[in-house]
Amino acid sequence: MHNTWLYILIMAGVSFLIRVLPMTLLRKPIKSRFLRSFLFYVPYITLSVMTFPAIMQTGDSVIPGLIALVLGIGMAWAGCGLFPVAIGCCAVVLVAQLIL
Amino acid sequence: MKAENKNALLRGLRDGVPIGAGYFAVAFSLGIYAAGGGSASGLSPFQGFVASLFTIASAGEYAGFKVILNAGTYIEMALVILVANCRYLLMSCALSQRVSPDLRMVHRIGMGAFITDEIFAVSIAQKGYIPPCYTYGAALSSVLPWAIGTMLGIIAGEILPGIVVNALSVAIYGMFLAIIIPPAKKDRIILGIVLFSFALSFAIQYIPYLKDMTEGIRIIVLTVVISAAAALLFPVKGETENA
Repeated sequence: MHNTWLYILIMAGVSFLIRVLPMTLLRKPIKSRFLRSFLFYVPYITLSVMTFPAIMQTGDSVIPGLIALVLGIGMAWAGCGLFPVAIGCCAVVLVAQLIL
Repeated sequence: MKAENKNALLRGLRDGVPIGAGYFAVAFSLGIYAAGGGSASGLSPFQGFVASLFTIASAGEYAGFKVILNAGTYIEMALVILVANCRYLLMSCALSQRVSPDLRMVHRIGMGAFITDEIFAVSIAQKGYIPPCYTYGAALSSVLPWAIGTMLGIIAGEILPGIVVNALSVAIYGMFLAIIIPPAKKDRIILGIVLFSFALSFAIQYIPYLKDMTEGIRIIVLTVVISAAAALLFPVKGETENA
């Protein structure tokens, strides 16, 4: 059995080290183009793989999540901000669950 | 307190308010997820509060909560946080260039500890050397709403009916989409990489052996492999310290 507090300690501890080590030790910009490119792409990729297919596990079927995915991409593409996109996704999942 | 420090602190506090409002909403949906839909491994409101107060990272915490809910290993937790938060390494390097060379160690640690996408952005936008008090101010008015939002989200996840929790739980994905889609719209390479990531993340569930990975490990492997491939195929040009 895992201890939730130990998980939280690791979560916070690793996050702290990542943030603080370069600030205190490196003090120089990263020169490697590969490393800079790698770090540039990581956020987009990690958010992508965390969003899909996990979004489809929202309700009892994959349909509400799939509709939310399409709506979310559409709204974000159309220039809607963080909050409107999130509300839109919530609303469409609520409605889809009631109808289906 | 010196007048210039007080000034910087107040400016930081003010600039942190809109950040805090946004954080509250994101943290709330993160809390809904952390509650785990009534599963025994879900976090308590207090655990969520502490986790958010000291981790301060949306993608990182989502990935971390996923490991907790799926009872992953501690190593998996450390790796998933490293991957999901490794952009902070880059920001920390950038920030180190923008503080006084004489800045004391305690302030280097203090400023570094509060790096988030938004706090970094407002700090780096300061002219000249960034006063540590500015960063502390921005953190003061935004990190507490972040922690409280998580706590309230977990409470909501525990008491609201399942159909509403399902609906609210999708908010975090909506926010992720709102972060990745606008740059994907502007940059064909990012668009391609996002779509490829979706496809591979979906396909890997059906590939023998690979499909047996836990979700946390899957996130780590996919992120590292695709990012490395993208960095080799499409190296970014020039300075990207604000990325």
